[in-house]
Amino acid sequence: MAGMTLIVKTASRLLFPFVLVFGIYIVLHGHLTPGGGFPGGVIIVAAIVMLLLGYGAEVAKVKFSPLQASVSENIGSLILVATGLLGLFVGLNFMKNALPLGTTGNLFSAGFLIPLNIGVGIKVAAGLAVILYAMLTAFEEEEK
Amino acid sequence: MMRRALAIGLVCAIGALLVFTVSNYLLPFGTFPQRKFENFENQSVAQVYLENAPIAGAGGAGSANVVTSIVWDYRGYDTLGEATILFTAVCGVAMLFRAAKERD
Repeated sequence: MAGMTLIVKTASRLLFPFVLVFGIYIVLHGHLTPGGGFPGGVIIVAAIVMLLLGYGAEVAKVKFSPLQASVSENIGSLILVATGLLGLFVGLNFMKNALPLGTTGNLFSAGFLIPLNIGVGIKVAAGLAVILYAMLTAFEEEEK
Repeated sequence: MMRRALAIGLVCAIGALLVFTVSNYLLPFGTFPQRKFENFENQSVAQVYLENAPIAGAGGAGSANVVTSIVWDYRGYDTLGEATILFTAVCGVAMLFRAAKERD
Protein backbone atom coordinates (compact mmCIF):
# COMPACT_ATOMS: atom_id res chain seq x y z
CA MET A 1 0.00 0.00 0.00
CA ALA A 2 2.38 2.65 -1.16
CA GLY A 3 -0.13 5.19 -2.37
CA MET A 4 -1.28 6.34 -5.76
CA THR A 5 -0.15 8.91 -8.31
CA LEU A 6 0.69 12.56 -7.67
CA ILE A 7 -2.72 13.71 -8.94
CA VAL A 8 -4.64 11.59 -6.45
CA LYS A 9 -2.26 12.56 -3.64
CA THR A 10 -2.66 16.29 -4.32
CA ALA A 11 -6.44 16.09 -4.69
CA SER A 12 -6.90 14.08 -1.50
CA ARG A 13 -4.53 16.37 0.43
CA LEU A 14 -6.46 19.45 -0.72
CA LEU A 15 -9.92 17.94 -0.12
CA PHE A 16 -9.22 16.24 3.23
CA PRO A 17 -9.81 19.22 5.59
CA PHE A 18 -12.91 20.38 3.72
CA VAL A 19 -14.55 16.94 3.78
CA LEU A 20 -13.69 16.62 7.48
CA VAL A 21 -15.15 20.03 8.33
CA PHE A 22 -18.26 19.27 6.25
CA GLY A 23 -18.79 16.03 8.17
CA ILE A 24 -18.42 17.82 11.52
CA TYR A 25 -20.88 20.48 10.29
CA ILE A 26 -23.42 17.80 9.34
CA VAL A 27 -23.08 16.24 12.80
CA LEU A 28 -23.31 19.51 14.75
CA HIS A 29 -26.26 20.87 12.73
CA GLY A 30 -28.14 17.57 12.86
CA HIS A 31 -31.08 19.16 14.66
CA LEU A 32 -31.33 22.11 12.24
CA THR A 33 -30.56 20.92 8.71
CA PRO A 34 -30.93 17.54 6.96
CA GLY A 35 -28.35 15.09 8.21
CA GLY A 36 -27.40 14.04 11.69
CA GLY A 37 -25.06 11.66 13.40
CA PHE A 38 -25.18 8.70 11.01
CA PRO A 39 -24.52 10.51 7.67
CA GLY A 40 -22.09 12.92 9.33
CA GLY A 41 -20.04 10.05 10.71
CA VAL A 42 -19.97 8.42 7.29
CA ILE A 43 -18.71 11.66 5.71
CA ILE A 44 -15.98 11.94 8.38
CA VAL A 45 -14.82 8.41 7.68
CA ALA A 46 -14.93 9.17 3.93
CA ALA A 47 -12.22 11.79 4.53
CA ILE A 48 -10.05 9.13 6.18
CA VAL A 49 -10.75 6.69 3.33
CA MET A 50 -9.67 9.34 0.82
CA LEU A 51 -6.40 9.87 2.68
CA LEU A 52 -5.91 6.11 2.86
CA LEU A 53 -6.49 5.66 -0.87
CA GLY A 54 -4.15 8.49 -1.80
CA TYR A 55 -1.26 7.93 0.58
CA GLY A 56 -1.55 4.33 1.72
CA ALA A 57 -2.35 2.79 5.06
CA GLU A 58 0.71 4.05 6.95
CA VAL A 59 -0.14 7.76 6.65
CA ALA A 60 -3.78 7.16 7.50
CA LYS A 61 -2.78 5.13 10.58
CA VAL A 62 -0.61 8.02 11.77
CA LYS A 63 -3.58 10.41 11.47
CA PHE A 64 -6.13 8.08 13.07
CA SER A 65 -4.73 4.87 14.52
CA PRO A 66 -6.75 1.65 15.02
CA LEU A 67 -6.40 2.01 18.82
CA GLN A 68 -7.79 5.54 18.65
CA ALA A 69 -10.67 4.24 16.53
CA SER A 70 -11.57 1.53 19.05
CA VAL A 71 -11.39 3.93 22.00
CA SER A 72 -13.44 6.56 20.13
CA GLU A 73 -16.18 4.09 19.36
CA ASN A 74 -16.49 3.20 23.03
CA ILE A 75 -16.50 6.90 23.94
CA GLY A 76 -19.35 7.48 21.46
CA SER A 77 -21.38 4.63 22.95
CA LEU A 78 -20.75 6.01 26.44
CA ILE A 79 -21.98 9.47 25.36
CA LEU A 80 -25.21 7.91 24.03
CA VAL A 81 -25.90 5.89 27.17
CA ALA A 82 -24.91 8.72 29.52
CA THR A 83 -27.25 11.12 27.72
CA GLY A 84 -30.03 8.56 28.03
CA LEU A 85 -29.29 8.03 31.74
CA LEU A 86 -29.33 11.79 32.36
CA GLY A 87 -33.11 11.79 32.09
CA LEU A 88 -33.25 8.98 34.63
CA PHE A 89 -31.13 10.94 37.13
CA VAL A 90 -33.24 14.08 36.75
CA GLY A 91 -36.39 12.11 37.50
CA LEU A 92 -37.87 11.46 34.06
CA ASN A 93 -37.72 8.33 31.91
CA PHE A 94 -34.70 6.82 30.19
CA MET A 95 -33.97 8.64 26.88
CA LYS A 96 -36.23 11.54 27.91
CA ASN A 97 -35.15 15.09 27.15
CA ALA A 98 -33.67 16.55 30.33
CA LEU A 99 -31.71 19.49 28.89
CA PRO A 100 -33.15 22.99 28.26
CA LEU A 101 -34.86 23.29 24.89
CA GLY A 102 -33.90 26.83 23.88
CA THR A 103 -35.30 28.63 20.84
CA THR A 104 -36.10 26.54 17.77
CA GLY A 105 -33.62 27.28 14.99
CA ASN A 106 -30.65 28.27 17.17
CA LEU A 107 -27.51 26.15 17.24
CA PHE A 108 -27.94 25.50 20.97
CA SER A 109 -31.52 24.32 20.96
CA ALA A 110 -33.45 21.06 21.03
CA GLY A 111 -31.93 19.86 24.30
CA PHE A 112 -30.37 16.40 24.22
CA LEU A 113 -30.36 16.02 20.44
CA ILE A 114 -26.93 17.71 20.26
CA PRO A 115 -24.99 15.27 22.53
CA LEU A 116 -26.83 12.32 20.97
CA ASN A 117 -25.88 13.45 17.47
CA ILE A 118 -22.26 14.04 18.50
CA GLY A 119 -22.10 10.65 20.21
CA VAL A 120 -23.51 8.72 17.29
CA GLY A 121 -21.31 10.67 14.86
CA ILE A 122 -18.16 9.68 16.77
CA LYS A 123 -19.46 6.13 17.04
CA VAL A 124 -20.26 5.69 13.34
CA ALA A 125 -16.99 7.27 12.16
CA ALA A 126 -14.85 5.22 14.55
CA GLY A 127 -16.80 2.03 13.94
CA LEU A 128 -16.42 2.22 10.16
CA ALA A 129 -12.74 3.04 10.63
CA VAL A 130 -12.36 -0.10 12.78
CA ILE A 131 -14.01 -2.20 10.03
CA LEU A 132 -11.74 -0.58 7.43
CA TYR A 133 -8.54 -1.24 9.36
CA ALA A 134 -9.58 -4.82 10.18
CA MET A 135 -10.15 -5.65 6.49
CA LEU A 136 -6.97 -3.83 5.46
CA THR A 137 -4.76 -5.71 7.93
CA ALA A 138 -6.22 -9.06 6.88
CA PHE A 139 -5.49 -8.41 3.21
CA GLU A 140 -1.97 -7.15 4.01
CA GLU A 141 -1.24 -10.42 5.80
CA GLU A 142 -2.49 -12.39 2.81
CA GLU A 143 -0.14 -10.57 0.44
CA LYS A 144 2.89 -11.52 2.52
CA MET B 1 -34.86 -19.90 -21.27
CA MET B 2 -38.44 -20.80 -20.47
CA ARG B 3 -37.91 -20.18 -16.77
CA ARG B 4 -36.27 -16.83 -17.44
CA ALA B 5 -39.17 -15.67 -19.61
CA LEU B 6 -41.59 -16.85 -16.95
CA ALA B 7 -39.69 -14.96 -14.23
CA ILE B 8 -39.56 -11.76 -16.28
CA GLY B 9 -43.28 -12.00 -16.97
CA LEU B 10 -44.01 -12.55 -13.28
CA VAL B 11 -41.93 -9.53 -12.24
CA CYS B 12 -43.64 -7.34 -14.86
CA ALA B 13 -47.07 -8.53 -13.69
CA ILE B 14 -46.31 -7.83 -10.02
CA GLY B 15 -44.88 -4.41 -10.89
CA ALA B 16 -47.93 -3.48 -12.99
CA LEU B 17 -50.21 -4.69 -10.19
CA LEU B 18 -48.37 -2.57 -7.60
CA VAL B 19 -48.33 0.55 -9.78
CA PHE B 20 -52.02 0.34 -10.73
CA THR B 21 -53.20 -0.51 -7.24
CA VAL B 22 -51.26 2.23 -5.56
CA SER B 23 -52.05 4.89 -8.12
CA ASN B 24 -55.75 4.12 -8.46
CA TYR B 25 -57.03 3.00 -5.12
CA LEU B 26 -54.73 3.44 -2.14
CA LEU B 27 -52.42 6.38 -2.13
CA PRO B 28 -52.59 9.36 -4.46
CA PHE B 29 -49.17 10.98 -4.60
CA GLY B 30 -48.71 13.92 -2.26
CA THR B 31 -51.18 12.87 0.40
CA PHE B 32 -50.67 10.48 3.26
CA PRO B 33 -53.07 7.93 4.72
CA GLN B 34 -55.50 9.30 7.23
CA ARG B 35 -57.24 7.41 9.98
CA LYS B 36 -60.89 6.95 9.13
CA PHE B 37 -62.41 6.08 12.48
CA GLU B 38 -63.96 7.80 15.48
CA ASN B 39 -62.46 11.20 16.21
CA PHE B 40 -59.45 11.00 13.93
CA GLU B 41 -61.15 11.96 10.66
CA ASN B 42 -58.83 14.83 9.82
CA GLN B 43 -55.73 13.81 11.73
CA SER B 44 -52.92 11.39 11.22
CA VAL B 45 -49.84 10.52 13.25
CA ALA B 46 -47.60 12.11 10.63
CA GLN B 47 -49.54 15.36 10.79
CA VAL B 48 -49.30 15.47 14.58
CA TYR B 49 -45.54 14.88 14.43
CA LEU B 50 -45.07 17.53 11.74
CA GLU B 51 -47.01 20.14 13.69
CA ASN B 52 -45.65 19.41 17.16
CA ALA B 53 -41.99 18.55 16.57
CA PRO B 54 -40.65 22.06 15.75
CA ILE B 55 -42.47 23.74 18.68
CA ALA B 56 -40.47 23.78 21.89
CA GLY B 57 -43.36 23.55 24.32
CA ALA B 58 -45.48 20.97 22.51
CA GLY B 59 -43.96 17.85 24.01
CA GLY B 60 -41.28 17.28 21.37
CA ALA B 61 -37.68 18.35 21.42
CA GLY B 62 -38.31 21.57 19.49
CA SER B 63 -35.77 20.92 16.77
CA ALA B 64 -36.08 22.50 13.35
CA ASN B 65 -35.28 19.17 11.68
CA VAL B 66 -38.33 16.98 12.20
CA VAL B 67 -36.51 13.81 11.09
CA THR B 68 -33.90 14.11 13.84
CA SER B 69 -36.65 14.87 16.33
CA ILE B 70 -38.50 11.69 15.39
CA VAL B 71 -35.35 9.57 15.24
CA TRP B 72 -33.91 10.63 18.60
CA ASP B 73 -36.78 12.08 20.62
CA TYR B 74 -39.93 10.14 19.76
CA ARG B 75 -38.08 6.90 18.94
CA GLY B 76 -34.95 7.13 21.08
CA TYR B 77 -35.02 3.47 22.12
CA ASP B 78 -35.18 2.37 18.49
CA THR B 79 -32.19 4.46 17.48
CA LEU B 80 -30.22 3.32 20.51
CA GLY B 81 -30.90 -0.21 19.26
CA GLU B 82 -29.62 0.80 15.82
CA ALA B 83 -26.41 2.02 17.40
CA THR B 84 -26.16 -1.33 19.21
CA ILE B 85 -26.62 -3.14 15.88
CA LEU B 86 -23.75 -1.10 14.42
CA PHE B 87 -21.58 -1.93 17.44
CA THR B 88 -22.35 -5.64 17.04
CA ALA B 89 -21.57 -5.49 13.30
CA VAL B 90 -18.21 -3.83 13.97
CA CYS B 91 -17.39 -6.43 16.64
CA GLY B 92 -18.30 -9.24 14.24
CA VAL B 93 -16.20 -7.92 11.37
CA ALA B 94 -13.20 -7.29 13.63
CA MET B 95 -13.49 -10.78 15.12
CA LEU B 96 -13.85 -12.43 11.69
CA PHE B 97 -10.83 -10.76 10.13
CA ARG B 98 -8.71 -11.22 13.25
CA ALA B 99 -9.50 -14.97 13.15
CA ALA B 100 -8.60 -15.08 9.44
CA LYS B 101 -5.30 -13.34 10.20
CA GLU B 102 -4.34 -15.71 13.01
CA ARG B 103 -5.04 -18.79 10.88
CA ASP B 104 -2.43 -17.79 8.24
